[in-house]
Amino acid sequence: MHDMSVPAAHHHAPPTSFIRKHVFSLDHKVIGKQYYGLALLAAYVGMGLSWLMRFHLAWNSTAIPGLQFLSASGAPGGVMTPEYYLQLMTMHGTIMVFFVLTTAPFAAFGNYFLPIQVGAEDMPFPRFNMMSFWVTFTAFLVLMSSFFVGDGPTLGGWTQYAPLNAIGAVGGPGQGTGVVLWATSIALFCVGQLLGALNFISTTLDLRVKGMSLMRLPLSAWSWFITSCIGLTAFAVLMPACILVILDHVAGTSFFVASGLVMNDQVLPHSGGSTLLWQHLFWFFGHPEVYIAIVPSMGIVSHILLANQRKQMLSQRVLIYSMGALAVLSYMVYGHHMFVSGMNPFSSLAFSFPTLVITIPSTIIVLIWTFSLYGAKLRINSASLFSLGFISMFVSGGVSGFFLAQPSIDIMLHATYFVVGHFHLVMGVAAMFGIFAGTYFWFPKMTGRMMNETLGKAHFWLSFVGAYCIFMPFHYLGMAGNVRRYSTFTDDFLQPLIPVHRFITIAALITGAAQLIFLFNVIYSRFKGAPAVDNPWEATSLEWSTATPPPFDNFGGKHPIVYHDPYQYGVKSSVGDYVMQTSPEQVETEFEEK
Amino acid sequence: MATTLHEPPQIDLNNISGVGNGGSINIPTDGGLRATLDHSRPTSSSAIWVAMFAICMMFAAFTSALIVRKGSSMDWQSFALPSILYFNTFLLLVSSVALEIARRRVDVFMKGARSGAERPTLWLYITLALGLLFVAGQYIAWTQLRAEGMYLATNPSSSFFYVLTATHALHVLGGLGGLLYVVYKLSNLTLRRNAMVSTARYWHFMGALWVYLMLLLWIKL
Amino acid sequence: MAKFFAATIVVIAILSAIPILRHTWTAPEDISTHGALIDEQMSETMAEAGISFLAAQFILAFFVWKFSNRAPDAKLKKFPGGAKGLVIGALLVVGIEVMALGIFGVKAWANVYLDAPSANAMPIQVQAGQFAFYFRYPGPDGKFGGLHPELINEGSQNIFGLDPEHDVDARDDIVAAEMAIPVNKEIHLLMHAKDVGHSFFVRELRVQQDFVPGLDVSLHFTATKIGKYEIVCTQLCGLGHYNMKAYLEVMSQQDFDDWLKKQGQ
Repeated sequence: MHDMSVPAAHHHAPPTSFIRKHVFSLDHKVIGKQYYGLALLAAYVGMGLSWLMRFHLAWNSTAIPGLQFLSASGAPGGVMTPEYYLQLMTMHGTIMVFFVLTTAPFAAFGNYFLPIQVGAEDMPFPRFNMMSFWVTFTAFLVLMSSFFVGDGPTLGGWTQYAPLNAIGAVGGPGQGTGVVLWATSIALFCVGQLLGALNFISTTLDLRVKGMSLMRLPLSAWSWFITSCIGLTAFAVLMPACILVILDHVAGTSFFVASGLVMNDQVLPHSGGSTLLWQHLFWFFGHPEVYIAIVPSMGIVSHILLANQRKQMLSQRVLIYSMGALAVLSYMVYGHHMFVSGMNPFSSLAFSFPTLVITIPSTIIVLIWTFSLYGAKLRINSASLFSLGFISMFVSGGVSGFFLAQPSIDIMLHATYFVVGHFHLVMGVAAMFGIFAGTYFWFPKMTGRMMNETLGKAHFWLSFVGAYCIFMPFHYLGMAGNVRRYSTFTDDFLQPLIPVHRFITIAALITGAAQLIFLFNVIYSRFKGAPAVDNPWEATSLEWSTATPPPFDNFGGKHPIVYHDPYQYGVKSSVGDYVMQTSPEQVETEFEEK
Repeated sequence: MATTLHEPPQIDLNNISGVGNGGSINIPTDGGLRATLDHSRPTSSSAIWVAMFAICMMFAAFTSALIVRKGSSMDWQSFALPSILYFNTFLLLVSSVALEIARRRVDVFMKGARSGAERPTLWLYITLALGLLFVAGQYIAWTQLRAEGMYLATNPSSSFFYVLTATHALHVLGGLGGLLYVVYKLSNLTLRRNAMVSTARYWHFMGALWVYLMLLLWIKL
Repeated sequence: MAKFFAATIVVIAILSAIPILRHTWTAPEDISTHGALIDEQMSETMAEAGISFLAAQFILAFFVWKFSNRAPDAKLKKFPGGAKGLVIGALLVVGIEVMALGIFGVKAWANVYLDAPSANAMPIQVQAGQFAFYFRYPGPDGKFGGLHPELINEGSQNIFGLDPEHDVDARDDIVAAEMAIPVNKEIHLLMHAKDVGHSFFVRELRVQQDFVPGLDVSLHFTATKIGKYEIVCTQLCGLGHYNMKAYLEVMSQQDFDDWLKKQGQ
């Protein structure tokens, strides 16, 4: 046999044309940046929508100048109609959950860094990878088009329950074309993510370089791998559901629409369909989806904390197993969204137990993070602040899950602002903090420049305090019975709560404005940021061992060889208190970690 | 592996194409034959299982939708499966056999053990033809149903029939695309073993999936 | 900045706890017979959640305060017990806590959803449709007439699709836009949806239940206090969802009988 250490050759030759380099690129790094750009755009659109919503809730009959140009029928004279509120709300939720929270921490950072962290030159199917992005982007365009087509986007919430969202235009404005566009967009999104999951899983299992055993993978890589496994199952179920609901709209089928329903004094032509079927299919996807949103941020935050605490976690293995446990359990709990849905009440009890049990791995993860800080040498910078903030936010949001896991308590809290507060803290804040932390941390490697620390810290403080000011009060509103998805508060018992809504709105506008600091920082630093060295954080994983930004094939013509576990911090080496995974240097650890 | 009948292969390390991590090396041998060697775990081996798993989940979702829908109302109208479906099933299973023959011959061919042998494209074409006939047969089944007045929206039973068979047929078309890719790569001797194996696995999976769907439709419809 | 971060977390945690401790925004007074268990479940959960929340935030803050900006030659330390202690601790403490909550919560749930209504519960039918609730009482004959969706006509006020011409039972059915019930009498609420999904929520009664198009769903409860309460829709049903409500009037038996008689005329 000939010599095994063959120098790396490329899957595909380096591109030369502009289109091949920046538009239809096969390079996972470019694709990762494209996903990031999409997520950034989607995030600001989603945030703008939330501003419109919050403003309307606080000052219901006040005109929003210019809104009539976005929709003359939705906001005549700038005053939002009830249906337009719901349409904006639906788009806010859909854009944020799919195009920000699934895209940024998973598709963007994962695409860019997973191959590098395992030591590969690229993913095994670069063409599928490229398709994955462009299909996702097309899905975004299809969704956004619903603003400008017919009578606007669907108003049925991101959850699109049947039959409201299966009976067509008779259900209300946006319920005809708007729903079909939504379902088409999401079906496309599912295809894009399945192609991505294929690449992520194959990369992790098959492309690890010599010495990179599974247990030597960084936690971020594990989180991307676990997330792709969740996504593979979840998106494969959402797509058929979307197909069936499209058929109910355009082909006259009745998968989800029961018999004998009457609208405008006319009996609807559908018959025999099952309302609850949609909910089962949707939530079988929908609950794992929230773990798709949080697990990558958990991995990213772990990765960043490790580099900044200069010390290993108490147990990396336990973190990996716990994230895996979350993934597995996530499929057993989905019925907790349906406690009062009319499903069998025994099923409600059955779902509540795994939901309570899922607290355990979540708690273990938080405990490991927190107690690993004991005795550490913590460095404070924008990335570590957002990571620490993540822990605080995840605790806050997780604790309210405790209430919602119990069906008897859910009687009082279902469909109130308590639920909205819960998921915004864990998804809208914690997962977002993971995205921010990842940006501050990896920006130097991706662009060769550092982000501005002063602006980063300002962004952190305003976001951290602001987010608590917005979402903590949601829980109080929920406990008082404030129902969600109301465009206006007309009920007697809601009147005293309106001042709370005004406080929240002001907090939301300020916190939202703070996100513009981030946007400015990203753009400014891209061109004018201080030049970065290859390893500004003195971190250990493979991305820091290569040039900045990494060359086309990631490692400049060589396969790296891995000698160490990730996160060898707190050791005595020739470079300092750490040793990189690719360094052949043997070191003493100050104390053994497992 | 090079055989003992020829000189040891000369490998030009600076001029190897198609190598990635876990890829394969095309080693020039005499007589214009190419041998394909795998130095590390094939990349597409986990990928095809991943894809098959996702497809299983999708059909699992359709299956549970069918079961729930059937039980949710009294309007389910059973009907006899068009008889051509049984013939189509036979076609698809035979095509799997053809593909297995093709795969083994391709394996032997690419290892260069039979110098001067013909490329085994014939059996690949047979598989392709049978696959196309299967899809055509499915289309005929749909026209037969339509002739009996059973359209997509006629009844939930017919709705599921069309949705399940159409989705399966679309995935079969994807498999045909994979076969075309294999034929093409074989024709310019750059076929990697894994591409062949994965395509074969996928194709057999399409057959197994179809058998499952036939059983489901036969029991439930 | 680390110390400032720690201090901020502590302040936020305390500020968050204050409205809870002061009961600033709470559920209204319970007027049901089954609600006490729900409220108790809520308080216990709040206590456990509150302690966990404060403990987690304070510990995080403390560690950040103490272990940031240390000298470069400071010694790294490992928390005693390491991961094993924490995992066992979590499994035991959280495990027992959640199991206890789960098990004790079963009774609160069963009272509402698993126990059947008593035989002499008063049946009232409610139909939810875009965007109002309507209630039907069986009238003196004690029987509900059949429902015919094709006869529903809002213009002529045939909300339920009754056919009094051909259906004797329907002739004396009483339809109202508000729900009146006698105090201390068990009600068996029969729910169906006219068009899309809706939900029935009365905070004071401690009940919430979705209407499921195509399914007949029911609830039973007993109100213990006379008064006027709001029934609100909590399942997104269209543009008028925010405004979909009805009043629940709990009355003395005498007042209720008078009300029913008046409705029947």
